[in-house]
Amino acid sequence: MSVLTIKDVTKLFPGGTKAVDSFSLEVADGELVCLLGPSGSGKSTLLRMVGGFEQPTSGLITIDGQDITHMPPEKRPTGMVFQSHALWTHMDVFKNLAFGLKLRRLPADEIKRRVEAVLELVGLGGYGSRRVTQLSGGQQQRVALARSLVLEPKILLLDEPFASLDQHLRERLREEVRDIQQRVGITTLFVTHGQDEALSMADRIVVMRDGRTEQIDRPDVVYRDPQTPFVAGFIGTMNLIEGTVSNGTFTRASFSHPLAVADGPATLAIRPEALDLVAAEPGAAKVHRVTDYGTHGLLDLNLPDGTRVKAMVDHPGQFKNGQGVNLAPRAVAAYRDNKQIFRSEA
Amino acid sequence: MSAPSIKVSQPIDWTGIAFAVILTLVIVFPLLVVGTWAFTNVWRFPSVIPQEFGLKFWYQTLARADVWSSITMSLTLATTVTVLSAIICLPAAYAFARLDFPGRDILFFSFLAGHAFPKFGLLVAIAGIFLQLNLIGTFWGVVLIQLVGTLLFMIWIPVAAFQAVDRRMEEAARDVGASPLRVFWSITLPQAGPTIAAALLLSFVGTFYETEGAWLIGAPQVRTLPVLMISFINNQPVIQYGAVLSVLLWVPSFIALLFARRVVNSGSFAKGFGA
Repeated sequence: MSVLTIKDVTKLFPGGTKAVDSFSLEVADGELVCLLGPSGSGKSTLLRMVGGFEQPTSGLITIDGQDITHMPPEKRPTGMVFQSHALWTHMDVFKNLAFGLKLRRLPADEIKRRVEAVLELVGLGGYGSRRVTQLSGGQQQRVALARSLVLEPKILLLDEPFASLDQHLRERLREEVRDIQQRVGITTLFVTHGQDEALSMADRIVVMRDGRTEQIDRPDVVYRDPQTPFVAGFIGTMNLIEGTVSNGTFTRASFSHPLAVADGPATLAIRPEALDLVAAEPGAAKVHRVTDYGTHGLLDLNLPDGTRVKAMVDHPGQFKNGQGVNLAPRAVAAYRDNKQIFRSEA
Repeated sequence: MSAPSIKVSQPIDWTGIAFAVILTLVIVFPLLVVGTWAFTNVWRFPSVIPQEFGLKFWYQTLARADVWSSITMSLTLATTVTVLSAIICLPAAYAFARLDFPGRDILFFSFLAGHAFPKFGLLVAIAGIFLQLNLIGTFWGVVLIQLVGTLLFMIWIPVAAFQAVDRRMEEAARDVGASPLRVFWSITLPQAGPTIAAALLLSFVGTFYETEGAWLIGAPQVRTLPVLMISFINNQPVIQYGAVLSVLLWVPSFIALLFARRVVNSGSFAKGFGA
């Protein structure tokens, strides 16, 4: 049973910039929470504060109720996997994994047993005598994960662990890591700027921006019901159309859509897959480009004032460049003053 | 740094070859002459090659008590200086590489200062101070003066070596439970090891060959091998004594050069100088 609690944590960098701004989060036992945000959103700083490599300016971090806010990293029950794997290249795989156990003065046969067990767990049984530099990028990252897991930390911290790997390997490894995390049942905090990673691995996603939380929710909720235009634009592809509402109708150039909110400016959010197109001349928009992906097609549309809109269609062959279409969204959300003011489901 | 090698058939660079040949002659020829002298029993004018080769002067040189005592002295001195220098400089280098403290940059460049003046003038000034401290003619006096000479190498090169160590590696070691001291010992030092070894070697060799300080501070009680060689060359009518000692003195520098290549190749040396 390990619960991580972060309460009102603020980190000021020299010069006064707020890397993290009164951030709070509770990670439940066995849960995998993803910190997702663009670079500079403070997610890595937050993770490093949990690991003990940065000191919060104010706030409280506890694990199972124990205050660890100002504990040095070597005393904390946390295990961190670094983006650059940070394996010790002057040691072989076994020694990398055994180092922490030796510091705990475990007997040699116990160390051997645990190292071999964890190597099996990450699918690298028998690799103990390999030099770190002889391993592929994916294997190195697995050893780095094993190095943390072998010490059975209460909280596992992952700092963009797949960022240096190629796309194919990244997808395979994130499934593996998710499997291992669930098998071990370890409470995990995961930092990434890749939404695919967050959506496919996390129990909950924390979308961060400028050191603050934009939204904390399950991945499907974050995708379907983004609470701010930033989240809407950051997760998946989203058409964000700025316009005005008057008398229950949203208007941008030649495009209009009924929207039951008070008059004023608004940002309309429509997923490309929730936007139906009806051929019409002259139509509200013109087809700018048709891209056929085989399974589906993606259309780039232009409103008369130049606003770009993307739409996903099943049969891209029906459309051609320059053709006029009318837009018929099946589901929309609307934002004003950085807050959601309307949402309809398909 | 490493540009891809492109094979292009180029015209033969005769000027370059000429330069290479001339340089080789200028560098190699004196070495050749000294080497030949060391293994010569008889070589009289006007013969181009010696009349008689042999190891006669090796036996004679190595039979001299002052030669052996100076070899022992040089080795003891170089070892002492290198060890002391490492004890003083490595922690300092680590501080320069990893910590931020007021006056860091000025202090860092101050190590160049000792090398920016005519060395002999500096030595004479120091000798004046040493005279009052009764350090002239003592082993520790020579150790002290040579320590000053090693500071530049032993600070600048290890600083580059420490800076090249991935901080994430050190953090990962902290993460699994190592104290800062343990991290330095088990991670930082081994990672920086090869480059630091080269710095140690350079400082050993530099001390081994240093003559001005050793002579000015040490003479006549403390006599190192190079100081002895100079007195042989100056005072002995027989050329071979000096030649034999010169050849003897090549050995450590040759070994050092083999190792130093590593540092120069890895670029850490250049990095140490801010490249």
